[in-house]
Amino acid sequence: MKTSVFLGTVAAATLMAGAGMADTLADVKARGELNCGVNTGLVGFAAPDANGNWTGFDVDICKAVAAAVLGDPSKVKYVPTTGQTRFTALSSGEVDILARNSTWTFSRDTDLKLDFVGVNYYDGQGFMVRKDLGVTSAKELDGATICIQTGTTTELNLADYFKANNMAYQPVNIDSNAEGEQQYMAGACDAYTTDASGLAATRAAFADPENHIILPEIISKEPLGPAVRHGDSNWGDVARWTLYALIAAEEYGITSKNIEELSKSSQNPEVQRLLGVTDDLGAMIGLDKDWAKRAILASGNYGEIFAANIGEQTPIGLARGLNAQWTQGGLMYAMPFR
Amino acid sequence: MTDMSAPANPPFRPSMLIYDRRYRSMTFQVIVFILVMALAWWLVNNTIRNLAALGKDFNFGFLWQRAGYDIPQTPIPYTSDDTHFRAAVVGLLNTLIVSILGCIAATFVGIIAGVARLSNNWLIARLMTVYVEAFRNVPLLLWILIVFAVFTEIMPPPNAFRGDDPAASMILFDHVALTNRYTAIPTLAMTNDPGSLDLGARITFNWATIAFVLVLIGGWFVRRMIGAWAQRVQDQTGSRPTTWWMSLAVMTVPSLLLIWFFGLHFEAPELRGFNFAGGLNVQNGLVALWLALTLYTGAFIAEIVRAGILAVSRGQSEAAFALGLRPGRTMNLVILPQALRVIIPPLISQYLNLMKNSSLAIAVGYMDIKGTLGGTTLNQTGRELESIVLMMGVYLVLSLIISAGMNVFNSRVKLKER
Repeated sequence: MKTSVFLGTVAAATLMAGAGMADTLADVKARGELNCGVNTGLVGFAAPDANGNWTGFDVDICKAVAAAVLGDPSKVKYVPTTGQTRFTALSSGEVDILARNSTWTFSRDTDLKLDFVGVNYYDGQGFMVRKDLGVTSAKELDGATICIQTGTTTELNLADYFKANNMAYQPVNIDSNAEGEQQYMAGACDAYTTDASGLAATRAAFADPENHIILPEIISKEPLGPAVRHGDSNWGDVARWTLYALIAAEEYGITSKNIEELSKSSQNPEVQRLLGVTDDLGAMIGLDKDWAKRAILASGNYGEIFAANIGEQTPIGLARGLNAQWTQGGLMYAMPFR
Repeated sequence: MTDMSAPANPPFRPSMLIYDRRYRSMTFQVIVFILVMALAWWLVNNTIRNLAALGKDFNFGFLWQRAGYDIPQTPIPYTSDDTHFRAAVVGLLNTLIVSILGCIAATFVGIIAGVARLSNNWLIARLMTVYVEAFRNVPLLLWILIVFAVFTEIMPPPNAFRGDDPAASMILFDHVALTNRYTAIPTLAMTNDPGSLDLGARITFNWATIAFVLVLIGGWFVRRMIGAWAQRVQDQTGSRPTTWWMSLAVMTVPSLLLIWFFGLHFEAPELRGFNFAGGLNVQNGLVALWLALTLYTGAFIAEIVRAGILAVSRGQSEAAFALGLRPGRTMNLVILPQALRVIIPPLISQYLNLMKNSSLAIAVGYMDIKGTLGGTTLNQTGRELESIVLMMGVYLVLSLIISAGMNVFNSRVKLKER
């Protein structure tokens, strides 16, 4: 009896250890649901609406991946993560993909064992202050109290920026965007700093957005993108090419409106390959022919997703800027589908 | 052979491991030991293999890398260029600061509330009951958040103190400013600074501080000698000499001389730029955490104190009164020594609880060791296991130190059987 318990323990240990090497694509298909790590609440990027449905720019990435893999954009379980918990959630297997405005950096890509699959938003860190503070430049913030989310790259950039400019500041460490908003509104900090897109989204949720300004200085590069675990290259490919499919669709003028028509009539070989009319690209990443079509149908192409969630027609009102297609002078550039 | 009548030891058979009382307990102990060891081995092995599968190693080298982040409250000099190790030490010191302040204040609050709950005054006794029940029965995290929210939402921001007709004004003769970020209090400054003792690693102690500590410790010893002398006189003559003015003089006069010698004075904070400067800005995170920990743990200590006092039978105080002891002496010489025996052991676990509960600090942005080592450092380096193991070790060592210290105290007050 003792021996069998012992052997059983050994067997269980081996099984558990083996789970670390698992095939995420097979796991997601078997589960029938994609676990997607998102922000705890950042309007425009990822936030639950009045009915509890998650919407936003990052949420639409989750939907596109779920549509490509499972055939249904609604089969997503959204796991809210804070700046502190997000990477642990990913590396422990709690989420399959992290679509949570996370900056692609060297140490996260290598030491933290993440794989960033691309960039869905080119951002930079900025400062927001009240208009009546009379500050017009970040260089005038010497001695200010600044709210900062812990566990973010912005925390490190802030320290570097003030050191480089020989200025002092008092950090107020906060855990989530909602808490930062509350502290900033109560005047517990003079300035709130995070990615400029996040500042715009936060300001849009204020009752008096006109009384707050975002200072012109952008103090860092913040390429935000979805990330997966290191070591499962096939799953990384699925996520990467789903993102590229959305970006390429905009470049070729494929929208959720005309996609059915284009898949029948388009003579453009690139479009035909992307939509699975001619080559079977999906088989190469373990999916079927229509994967990209479904991904684009989920919430539209990259441009549609941008316009619907954070574009100039929304309260957040972000211009495309760096995030325009490369053909329009931006940095959005999908690798060729061939 | 003559001892044929005595039962011979039967030869050992394996079934005796279960059926023979002499071996049974040993058998079960061996089985449980093997199971526990197997579980431990499984946990460790599982962790190692999963880490290997993720391509991670177990290594504390990250502690010597540049931290890169700033900490609001730094008891020792710290900049973003320092290592993660120094950041962890800063966090540890912040944990100790709030824990020590909390233990002292909670003891005061607990004793007062515990005694007041036994008061004959109906109103005071009921008020204390309400206090104890309200704080014991609501989670600590909520109290921390409520206290912090009160500070943030109700206090004025620093720029409300600006201008000729400010919306807010400083209190205590323009020396203290309560704001929604911090409480600006005066610092002590010296006109006659003796310099500092350098301990290396940019940790310094001002000589004046050392002088004050030495004078206070010396004063305490002299005071004990005065007490012993008074006891001797009382034993010989029967009347105890009045010593309170001697004790008071011993404790205060040398300190006053030092204050005069170093030219110690207050330096009031004043508004410069965005914030108050010149004084000491005590963060609201610290104040909120300290207040909440104090009131929460104080409620438990109040109950412990009440139980301790009730455990001393009424006959003891009646006997003391019959001997002609005044109420104060009755409390000091008869009731408290007996009550302390009941109070100290549960008090130790309350101190331990308070120290461990201080890890909720991140809820109010107070950077304790959970906020530095277990928060930002863990997050920036991705060394979850190492950080958590290290943090568990730190809390374990702190707890054991507190327990050891309190056990020494307990062995001095507990019932001595002769």
